[in-house]
Amino acid sequence: MEAAILTPSKPSPPGDCVPPPGKGNDGGGGGQGGRGGDGSRGPSNPPLPLGAYRIAIWIALASISMLFLALTSAMVVRAEISGDWVHTAIPPILYFNTLVLISSSLTLELSRKALRRAAGNKFARWLYLTIALGILFLAGQFVAWRELAARGIYINTNPGSSFFYLLTAAHAVHLLGGILALLYLVFRRRQIIAVPRKRIAVDVTAIYWHFMDGLWIYLLILLMVKL
Amino acid sequence: MTEPDREIAKPQGFIGKYVFSTDHKVIGLQYTFLALFAVLVAMVLSWLMRMHLGWPDVSIPLLGMLSPTGAPGGLITPEYYLSLMTIHGTLMIFFVLTIAPQSGFGNFLLPLQIGARGMALPRLNRLTFWITFGAFCVLLSPFFISDGPPITGWTAYAPLSAVGPIGGPGEGMGQDLWLIAIGLFCLATVLGSVNFMTTTLSLRARGMTLMRLPLPCWAWFLTAVLSLLSFTVLLGACILLMMDRVAGTSIFLPAGLVVSGELLHRSGGSPMLWQHLFWFFGHPEVYITILPAMGIVSHIVSCFSRKPVFAYRAMVYSLMAIGFLSFMVWGHHMFVSGMNPYTGFAFAVLTMVVAVPSAVKAFNWMGTMWGGRLRFTTAMLFAIGFVSLFVTGGLTGLFLAQPPLDAYLHETYFVVGHLHLIMGMVVIFAIFAGIYFWFPKMFGRLLNETLGKIHFGFTFIGAYVIFMPMLFLGLEGNPRRYSALTDNFLKPLVPLHQFITVAALVVGAAQFIFLFNFFWSLFKGPQASENPWEATSLEWTVPSPPPPGNFPGALPKVYHGAYEYSVPGAEKDFVMQDSPEEISAS
Repeated sequence: MEAAILTPSKPSPPGDCVPPPGKGNDGGGGGQGGRGGDGSRGPSNPPLPLGAYRIAIWIALASISMLFLALTSAMVVRAEISGDWVHTAIPPILYFNTLVLISSSLTLELSRKALRRAAGNKFARWLYLTIALGILFLAGQFVAWRELAARGIYINTNPGSSFFYLLTAAHAVHLLGGILALLYLVFRRRQIIAVPRKRIAVDVTAIYWHFMDGLWIYLLILLMVKL
Repeated sequence: MTEPDREIAKPQGFIGKYVFSTDHKVIGLQYTFLALFAVLVAMVLSWLMRMHLGWPDVSIPLLGMLSPTGAPGGLITPEYYLSLMTIHGTLMIFFVLTIAPQSGFGNFLLPLQIGARGMALPRLNRLTFWITFGAFCVLLSPFFISDGPPITGWTAYAPLSAVGPIGGPGEGMGQDLWLIAIGLFCLATVLGSVNFMTTTLSLRARGMTLMRLPLPCWAWFLTAVLSLLSFTVLLGACILLMMDRVAGTSIFLPAGLVVSGELLHRSGGSPMLWQHLFWFFGHPEVYITILPAMGIVSHIVSCFSRKPVFAYRAMVYSLMAIGFLSFMVWGHHMFVSGMNPYTGFAFAVLTMVVAVPSAVKAFNWMGTMWGGRLRFTTAMLFAIGFVSLFVTGGLTGLFLAQPPLDAYLHETYFVVGHLHLIMGMVVIFAIFAGIYFWFPKMFGRLLNETLGKIHFGFTFIGAYVIFMPMLFLGLEGNPRRYSALTDNFLKPLVPLHQFITVAALVVGAAQFIFLFNFFWSLFKGPQASENPWEATSLEWTVPSPPPPGNFPGALPKVYHGAYEYSVPGAEKDFVMQDSPEEISAS
């Protein structure tokens, strides 16, 4: 009779501290970290494997992509069907805003690099700059909308302008969420610097932020194309 | 460096324990009770509709007092009929069929079945329930405004849904509130999907490989993938519709619309665009409702046949195939919209292709039962009923998949019969099967089997008695969504409508047997042991109900697949997944 297969747990990712195997009745669970209870604390609950947070943010980004894909397809269809499409000329400030957003991605990476070298002050300062650039981007988007309004182009002026406002606003809302996440990192900076495990919060926020950056570039190109 | 353990959700006071809990079991039950309340409300709405259809001139008691504008003197106006239909459909599809199998059972059972202490993201889980609850409240709020709920159906077709208050009662704030409710629901569902997928991928116990997962876990995972990709499209569509309603855009509004004598100054939009966006979501949505149901039924049928699931791998692959194909068939809801016949042909062929993995599953359920030592518990009866209704309802779908047939049958009662059989009855049966099966684990008590069997008898026979005649009504050309059957060709059909109404009321009344059984057993039922059904999956290794942290002691190690029943040479006729007993891998 073949022995039943016991699949061993996956090895822990590098950089994650794994304690030596404890007593036999320790929680073996997710596979990483967390020495088992000594009986008096109750059953152990090992920390969530760090990879799980990464999986979660990528899944969330897949759903956000799907939203913008749906809006893109609606836009393309609307542009093609009625012959009343008017292309909205891109307010020049949008190019400046794009540079601001790309810079914010760079500063966020510098912040992460500082954190990896355990340079707490630099980590915080590059983080503040990232947030400032993010807010500057949103302010710039607002200026772009006012510029359009000054030209008499509002959300209901023509279908092209409707989608211009919609796509930029949808992106801005998601970016605002990213700014709130960055503010959370600032709020928790002391724990993040002290406890290596908590740095995953910075990693997933960075993945989200860079994605928002890439999404913006995609939207800019889409809005520039004369449909 | 030792990392601290994660906190196991410990009950802290009434609010922390039952209201704002992060314990997946509490959240699963919250969703289940929300679905139970929603189904009762939606069922009552359907009774009102059916009474009106059978006896339009008879005043319904109390209704005149409850809805003075919608039903003056207890007589339902045509617009109010459509409002009732809209909220009935929306409640049933979103708040019952989408929530109960996935968020209800899934939240309670997924961590238990994979051998984890909880979901990956418990606070997100708590948030998603309360957003869903908020959406529910927003959805029902139009009953309390003067104009009432919207009249556009759960499908909210443009241009009627886009023109605003001039479209009719309920098309002002009622439609706005509906859109907000659905938007919130989309957000909650997508966030919940992230949680389900992350949990399944990251928190399985040692030895729990993907191919040892119980089938409900596969179903919950694949449903989460479908939800993730389709609910966001609905969210996009709702945002666009809201823009047409409040921002003056013309995305779905064409030129030349004259509504209530008033010419609308919008142009260039396309109502067809709404249909495409909606049904791109809408078709995967119906598979979102049925996939978890299929997983649950596979699990239950295997347990009560004392046999492994027939062709487990084929069941997994067919779940994947159904999920994948579900994104390719949305056009079959639009055959009569004027699409190119070749496009119709493509959608028709793909719709028929979806029937193939579905048939694989149906044959496999039968194969699981064949030669098994069947135990006809109530859960098993509902599971077998599921298979029966799935075959019947599925076959009627094949009729509708033919564009020439659909040209006649579209918007008739044939479709109503089909959708209620395949979606309403089939998924409800799976929910009942799941409740009868897992009630002991959830509440530590047993439901009464005699009452359960009576409930099953009424419901199963009732399902056919109510919805099969609708297929005939459809063949006779009875249009759906009509509140008045006064045309000369419809008047002869009224007696059949009356028959259906009586059947619906009787079956509805029989559901109170279930409700009585449920609530009485909750407090007075006999105590349940750890594993009253002698099942193999991990939730049956823990006390009923499971404690905080699910597994008292260490997390389990998994040695076997989920369906080791009647294994030759084994000590008992089942081998639990965490049992170190060695069995031959044949």
